[in-house]
Amino acid sequence: MRFENPQSAIRNRNREMDDRHINFKLMSQYILDHQDDAGDAQAESRMNGESRIIGDADIKPAVAAKKYWRSLEELADAPEFREFVSREYPQHAERWDDPVERRSFLKLMGASLALAGLSGCVFQPPEKIVPYVTQPEYGSPGKALFFATALTLGGVATPLLARSNEGRPTKLEGNPDHPQNRNANPGEVGSSATDIFSQASILGLYDPDRAQTSLFRDEARPWTTFVGELRTALDGLRPTQGAGLHFLTETITSPSLAEQLRGILTEFPQAKWHQYEPVNNDQAHAGARMAFGQPVNTIYDFTKADRILSLDADFLAAMPGTLRYARDFAARRRVSDGKNNMNRLYVIETTPTTTGATADHHWAIRPSELTKAAAAIASGVGVGGVAGVSGETSVSGLDAVARDLQQARGRSIVIAGREAPPAVHALAHAMNGALGNVGQTVFYTDPLEVNPMDQRQSLQELVNELDGGRVKMLVMLGGNPVYNTPADLKLNQERLFKAELRIHLSQYRDETSELCHWHIPATHYLEEWSDTRAYDGTVSIVQPLIQPLYQGRSAHELLAVFSPQYDRKPYDIIREYWQRNPPAGGARAAGSRQEAGAGTGAGGSRQEAGAGTGAGGSRQEAGAGSNQQTAGTNPQSAIRNPQSEGNPQSGAAATDFESNWRRWVHDGFIPNTALPTRTVSANVAGVAQALTNNQQTGSALQIELVIRTDPSIYDGRFANNGWLQELPKPLTRLTWDNAALVSPNTAQQLGLQKAVGKKGGDVWVDTIRIGSQGRSISGVVPTWITPGQPDGVITIHLGYGRRLAGRVGNGHGFNAYEIRTSDSPWSINGVQVERTGEQYVVAATQLHFNMEDHDFSKEDRDIVRATTVEDYLHPKHEEHGEHHEGSMYEPFDYKNQGMGYAWGMAIDLNNCIGCNACTIACQAENNIPVVGKDEVIRSREMHWIRVDTYFKGDNPSTPEATHFMPVPCMHCEKAPCEPVCPVHATVHSSEGLNDMVYNRCVGTKYCSNNCPYKVRRFNFFLYQDWETPTYQLMRNPDVSVRSRGVMEKCTYCVQRIQSAKIQSELEDRKVRDGEIVTACQAVCPTDVIVFGDINDPSSRVSRIKADQRNYSVLEELNTKPRTTYLSALKNPNPDIREV
Amino acid sequence: MPQIFHHSTNALAKVTIYGAVFIAVALLWVTAELNRSSWNTGQWVERQQPVQFSHKHHVGDDGLDCRYCHTTVETSATAGLPATETCMSCHKQIWAESTYLEPVRASFRDNKPIEWIRVHDLPDYAYFDHSIHVKKGVGCSTCHGRVDDMPIAYQAATLQMEWCLECHREPERFVRKREKVFDMAWRPENKTNEELAEGRSLVKEYHIQDANLLTSCSTCHR
Repeated sequence: MRFENPQSAIRNRNREMDDRHINFKLMSQYILDHQDDAGDAQAESRMNGESRIIGDADIKPAVAAKKYWRSLEELADAPEFREFVSREYPQHAERWDDPVERRSFLKLMGASLALAGLSGCVFQPPEKIVPYVTQPEYGSPGKALFFATALTLGGVATPLLARSNEGRPTKLEGNPDHPQNRNANPGEVGSSATDIFSQASILGLYDPDRAQTSLFRDEARPWTTFVGELRTALDGLRPTQGAGLHFLTETITSPSLAEQLRGILTEFPQAKWHQYEPVNNDQAHAGARMAFGQPVNTIYDFTKADRILSLDADFLAAMPGTLRYARDFAARRRVSDGKNNMNRLYVIETTPTTTGATADHHWAIRPSELTKAAAAIASGVGVGGVAGVSGETSVSGLDAVARDLQQARGRSIVIAGREAPPAVHALAHAMNGALGNVGQTVFYTDPLEVNPMDQRQSLQELVNELDGGRVKMLVMLGGNPVYNTPADLKLNQERLFKAELRIHLSQYRDETSELCHWHIPATHYLEEWSDTRAYDGTVSIVQPLIQPLYQGRSAHELLAVFSPQYDRKPYDIIREYWQRNPPAGGARAAGSRQEAGAGTGAGGSRQEAGAGTGAGGSRQEAGAGSNQQTAGTNPQSAIRNPQSEGNPQSGAAATDFESNWRRWVHDGFIPNTALPTRTVSANVAGVAQALTNNQQTGSALQIELVIRTDPSIYDGRFANNGWLQELPKPLTRLTWDNAALVSPNTAQQLGLQKAVGKKGGDVWVDTIRIGSQGRSISGVVPTWITPGQPDGVITIHLGYGRRLAGRVGNGHGFNAYEIRTSDSPWSINGVQVERTGEQYVVAATQLHFNMEDHDFSKEDRDIVRATTVEDYLHPKHEEHGEHHEGSMYEPFDYKNQGMGYAWGMAIDLNNCIGCNACTIACQAENNIPVVGKDEVIRSREMHWIRVDTYFKGDNPSTPEATHFMPVPCMHCEKAPCEPVCPVHATVHSSEGLNDMVYNRCVGTKYCSNNCPYKVRRFNFFLYQDWETPTYQLMRNPDVSVRSRGVMEKCTYCVQRIQSAKIQSELEDRKVRDGEIVTACQAVCPTDVIVFGDINDPSSRVSRIKADQRNYSVLEELNTKPRTTYLSALKNPNPDIREV
Repeated sequence: MPQIFHHSTNALAKVTIYGAVFIAVALLWVTAELNRSSWNTGQWVERQQPVQFSHKHHVGDDGLDCRYCHTTVETSATAGLPATETCMSCHKQIWAESTYLEPVRASFRDNKPIEWIRVHDLPDYAYFDHSIHVKKGVGCSTCHGRVDDMPIAYQAATLQMEWCLECHREPERFVRKREKVFDMAWRPENKTNEELAEGRSLVKEYHIQDANLLTSCSTCHR
């Protein structure tokens, strides 16, 4: 018998006593450690700080055959990458390691157990039905209405069609009737494309953090008090003709708002109007002044462009008119249907963009070399006098670009980015002139801004006035200058407090409002009347969809207070402006934009915008071929179809203002208001002279900083938008943070590393300090090793580091404005960078939902396929055919089921520009929740459609190509998820949909485990916000709101399918091709996603799937996916060797 | 050592075992019956409304068509409830002084809608569409019962999924000619061979889709 050592017995007893108070931290640690034992030692070592780190040395192609990779870890084929993909959910995704204290843990557990037991047994309380007192003349309950409106961002409108369910705006899509979106072929329906910002603005409307009441020194005051006090203060300024009255606005293109401002300036001649917005046209205007002596607005026609050279222009993602440009650009890259003259895109850029990823050839260079490179090409295409400027550039192959451009005279475009220095803009103008593009593909108009001014200078003047103590009243209409003014002209507290009375109108009580006497809550654009201009100048009427949710006021209302008629209603202001200033007829937009029959919708009063069915009702007549027979049976399509409309000039009624006005509001734009094109000629000698004077000398060894707006939250104004914060940024796949992008080589130089933590999404990255001219960024600056980033260049994004954005946006990322200066807003040469030695966790989705699991198949496969247009048109070798492994089961007969539909989708990888609009559109349409950074780290983001980024090649510094791949549910005919579900919660419909039945789901997650495409998403917690009343208004009533413990995934927008099917059967016909438009498809600017009936051989999706580029991802698994892809094509210049 | 258990214990053991099975089955049966009972489904339960509106009087006695008030039943997912204005179009003239109708007049006067209590409340994850059912020849009374005989409206069917599926599996048992959809007195179910034959021909004529499709989950759940 063994005798216990008395000392250890005491220890044991002590331990027992400790155990009575369970230490949850210790417990989770214990569980974690034991889990590690089962796994490899890798993950454990992470805790000891000696994890396997992906430094540059590791990034060697381990698998020689691997052509495409999503992350550096994958390229290196690191063991933890294999470990990670072979697990359904990352190893340590469990919440055990969360510092949840015992009490809150028990509370949570208790609450969830009680709810789990009871929620099924509760009798629903009686519901009420509340009909109208007086039925409105249009619309019926249960049917959505559609209204035209527009979102203005940076002074440029995105025309929209908003869906309203019982008076609540729930979804936005592009306005297909607007000249910007109209199809060149008048018989076909225009595009309903939008960008992510307009998609997400619906969440902005219902944001509970919006300012709700007028505040005076943080105390609620009624609007009437404000009007009274302001009028009194104004009377004090009248004797001095308003000296000391200053307005600070963002870029304004609204004609009526400008008239109001001008009216005030007439009444108070000494008052000043300043404009400042962090993203402005200063560079472009300065460039135009250099070339033409005056600022211009440049419009491009990509439909006619065979060769495009982009000089740091992200024209597919961030530029006025980007949606139109992306669509026209993509149309010229489509080689199907007998068209094979694909355009060719050259991109010279200073930081990787989605445009650069789409390019056929792209060069990543330092910002200091951009002008030289531009000059080198300019002298190559015959712009005289600039040859000397180029000097020696390290960029090779530019002569071939110049030759190629010259061969496409009049059919090419040289486009300079908003952020490019003025000299590059001037060179682009000169090149377009020399290439004969002006008037063919490039058009000039007057600037869009009603008062184009150099915003830097304008802000400088305001700062001077403030510093001189001469500002009596400062009125800030929108914007957040305290946060986003440049560091050298910062409107900080010290400066701002010199103004005697400060008034701020904005949607949030932000950093600026905090320092103001009065804060007036601004209306959202879906709550106000206004007008605005699209990229070509076409005026849109902004129409409210809902009464202001809070006590919001629009800028029109605030400015009216300064005028004698201080209580004028915005509706009257806008309407009367256009009554007094009717559009001058005959002004034609550049190119063919207006030809599609200006003035659609004869006799359309507002309600007709809503005549569509719930599902993309306005696109019903998409099938041009079947127009004849359908027009009679579907009255709605007749209204919306430009072909079947009468001549807008006919009928005397069309001439009076009232019917015009109603038509403008209904259509969402005022015809013939595009700015007329102007003839300007570039002063080449002047450009050359200016260039020689401006030559920069920068040491190539210095690190250069590139500053850009954030791809997701822009300049910071969308910081409180959860949809955008959680949207993985294109190329980096980062969420909830900004980071300093560095190239793999620079990372090695600086000793920067990154390591994937246990949870897979928690990437530990080194942080740096960035300083310039005595300023430095105060926040933590994480780094992100980015393939394709030029060496020696660090890119940071604006918009983060907000202190008073709201509950969602506060405290994420670092504030890049702290280092941004007014004289070089987009790049800084020579910044000081040093490692801090500390690490930071970023939530990157790059590693999430990989389809590379070697347990599924040992074959090395190409998820993404790409070829060159040359190889596609003249195939040299036989493509290995599709796998056709037999099945022991009879195939299901989809032809003889009811109406015989079989829904399918085709995604053309050739044209995906990675804009992410589909992801946000899906989120809005399908009530998808936001999960937060912690949950993203655990690979739990809920997006039903993700856009994967694939890089090609062995060298991580210069990937040969970049491809984007949207991945929704594949709706496999032999779906691996279905047989493994123990409760039949995921089953097949007889039209081939892979249905997900939320109410049957018990949350085993077996389906997700068995899904090779990794498209299923599980509600680990109650991610939906069921409490906030405004969010209840926001949801799409046609889609179930999922609760905790339920699997969900893409449904092919089954609500839209069903509603179109019901509509078709009510009209005794089949669903027309193009009638069902999924949410992702509707907003895609490049028409990548096509949905339809694959049983109908004439449907568009069938025709696309018949293309030889069509392939199924992971086809060797024999899942027979309904979603198939078309391989990407590049059109490289044979004269340029692969760099 | 004497036996611990007497012989009769065997019988007791057998009874207990069978009894346990019986009790288990009985419990299941009771649960199933409770689940289908009106206690759970709300079937037959009359709902007190803010106005004592009698369908029996308006439909049965006066002969109003269903669509006079439920205007969107042929075009929209919801049949629609009449606006106060619709009530007042008659009750400005008839029973204009009735105390019963004071809430209606008050609603019209104050521009405050009447808050009716929902009688047929489907779960939120079931997406029922009135228009398509009416179009395909499903009569009002098939689901709502003899509304023309209801002084106070109640739910005539269980509204459980098995009840929906009865028709979605065999639509020929319930469809009727379109012109009889609003006929309250029409037979609620096709039972005889001739009636079923008519039902089958209507299923064909109205392109009612087959059971495979009608019972696909996404037909009703989205």
